[in-house]
Amino acid sequence: MTQGQHGGSPGNPHRSGAGRGGDRVMVPEADFESYYGRPIVKPAPWEHDIAVYLFSGGVAAGSSLLAAGADLTGRTALRRVARFGSLAGLLVSVVALVHDLGKPARFLNMLRVAKPTSPMSVGTWILSLHGPFAGVAAAAELAAMLPTRWKRGPVRLLLDLGRPAGIVGAVTAPPVAAYTAVLLSDTATPAWHSAYEELPFVFCGSAAAASGGLGLLGAPVAEAGPARAFAVGGALVELGAEYRMEQSMGLPAETLHRGRAGRLMRAGKALTAAGAVGALAGHRSRVLSAVSGAALTAGSLCTRLGVYEAGIASAKDPKYTVVPQRERVDRGEPVRYRG
Amino acid sequence: MIGRNSFFGPLDPAPDAGYEDSPARKGFFTDTSVCIGCKACEVACKEWNDVPENVFAMLGTSYDNSYSLNANQWRHVAFIERPAQKRESVSLGMPTVGAAPGDRPDEEKPDFRWLMSSDVCKHCTHAACLDVCPTGSLFRSEFGTVVVQDDICNGCGYCVAACPYGVIDRRKGPEDDPKVGIAQKCTLCYDRLTDGQTPSCAQACPTQSIQFGDVEELRARAEERLASLHERGETDARLYGNDPEDGVGGTGAFFLLLDEPEVYGLPPDPVVTTKDLPEMWARVAVAAVAMLAGAAASFLRRRG
Repeated sequence: MTQGQHGGSPGNPHRSGAGRGGDRVMVPEADFESYYGRPIVKPAPWEHDIAVYLFSGGVAAGSSLLAAGADLTGRTALRRVARFGSLAGLLVSVVALVHDLGKPARFLNMLRVAKPTSPMSVGTWILSLHGPFAGVAAAAELAAMLPTRWKRGPVRLLLDLGRPAGIVGAVTAPPVAAYTAVLLSDTATPAWHSAYEELPFVFCGSAAAASGGLGLLGAPVAEAGPARAFAVGGALVELGAEYRMEQSMGLPAETLHRGRAGRLMRAGKALTAAGAVGALAGHRSRVLSAVSGAALTAGSLCTRLGVYEAGIASAKDPKYTVVPQRERVDRGEPVRYRG
Repeated sequence: MIGRNSFFGPLDPAPDAGYEDSPARKGFFTDTSVCIGCKACEVACKEWNDVPENVFAMLGTSYDNSYSLNANQWRHVAFIERPAQKRESVSLGMPTVGAAPGDRPDEEKPDFRWLMSSDVCKHCTHAACLDVCPTGSLFRSEFGTVVVQDDICNGCGYCVAACPYGVIDRRKGPEDDPKVGIAQKCTLCYDRLTDGQTPSCAQACPTQSIQFGDVEELRARAEERLASLHERGETDARLYGNDPEDGVGGTGAFFLLLDEPEVYGLPPDPVVTTKDLPEMWARVAVAAVAMLAGAAASFLRRRG
């Protein structure tokens, strides 16, 4: 019956008529009114590009930090893994960011302005600052693999630039990992906005766990110590911040426990916790370290996808928009300007 | 130009955006108590702004087949049928044929009430879509309205998630439309305003449910209308979006409603998301510094 759905179309209502406004009320979960159960705020029109970017950006940032540390402390195997992890993370990020645009050819319009009120603008500039330095460090790592007789002229220069570029890349890395939290929170999406206090810590912890995990996966046990510490610390911060976030979000926290988002968040927690325990227990075992590292990286991916999915679900259900606002109004505490 | 209330609080948006000698802020006062659901506004908007087809379906939701405000629907008329409340019906000052509704005996009165409302972009004083736009495509016009520049928008979709009313949207089709992939919404007929004309929806509205004018004057008119309805016993009448101290600093397009906002699909207490942005950036800074410190600490332990 639906012949054209170009704007915001009804599609298949995921739940018909929550509350009294709906025409097919089955079991109302919360007593609230809505317009035929239709959403109020719109979900972000992004595919899973942005969810993947949350992960890949975190891997890139954490890996840049590990790479610089490994470089300065003479851990060449860990440095190699981390620099390649940083490069791969960056490449995936850029592809995902461009692909998610409605007009990908206009990607460079992002650089027309610098707007502190737009986390996406700030993020673009942060990435533009971080990316080239991390890229040069990774290129130096590739150059280091060339036969000795080629290491002359520009290649020599590149090799010399590896360390300073890597250090600048590391210093600019944490904002890359952290800003994505504001990218999500600075929206009307209930589950993202209500998480704004803890989300930066969840994401930074997750980035450390993922990149540390990658280090454990790729570096020999003799050099993997810092990656192990970074990963375990990140996992603890991630799990702790996640717990606090679920307590402080109010009603939209429900979306972190339900459906696909709920399954992803549970998988993320289990993998992260198991990976952290395995990483500690396996500090002498290459195999156990690698498996734990893989679990930590996978756990980070699940957490990012879970947070993303929870936000989309919270936007599609008017309950998460209406109920918290209605409760504020009924308490006599609507948001008003006070001097 | 960042002033004291640039993120939150009462403000005249055009001067705050840097305009000098800007004209008075323009907006809509949509008085839903006299809306007859004719959808002339929807049609006039589509015709003037060349907005393509939206949903072509019978939705089974009273007379509403246009679903929602979205990229291809810049005015949306909501229809709500609900059981009549047990009380005296009052004259809303509508033109009537024959006996006025108040004169009819109770048994002849309809057993339900029919709410109709033409929704539109609110042109917020603090517009989240505009704040978060990374390309500068969305801008504040000299009339205090919020407008998309089609040739600059790269379709990032951030504004879609940021709008507390779910107004702005990225166009998905039809395939041959040049604006597919670009954020679209009401411009308050920017092209007509610059020629001193009334926006097409207000021009087409046959009952003056949609009133266009200077926001200051419309606010005063709305207060008068509200007082007169209350006087006649229509105690459910309330204004929505007229308060410059609300969560979005008041809206340029505001409404007189006859029920709770959420009944019409409007958020009961919308807040611009960027109100919390300074706090968000502060949290990010702490997390980023902690991450840097954590990485450094990871290398300070003994070798192994």
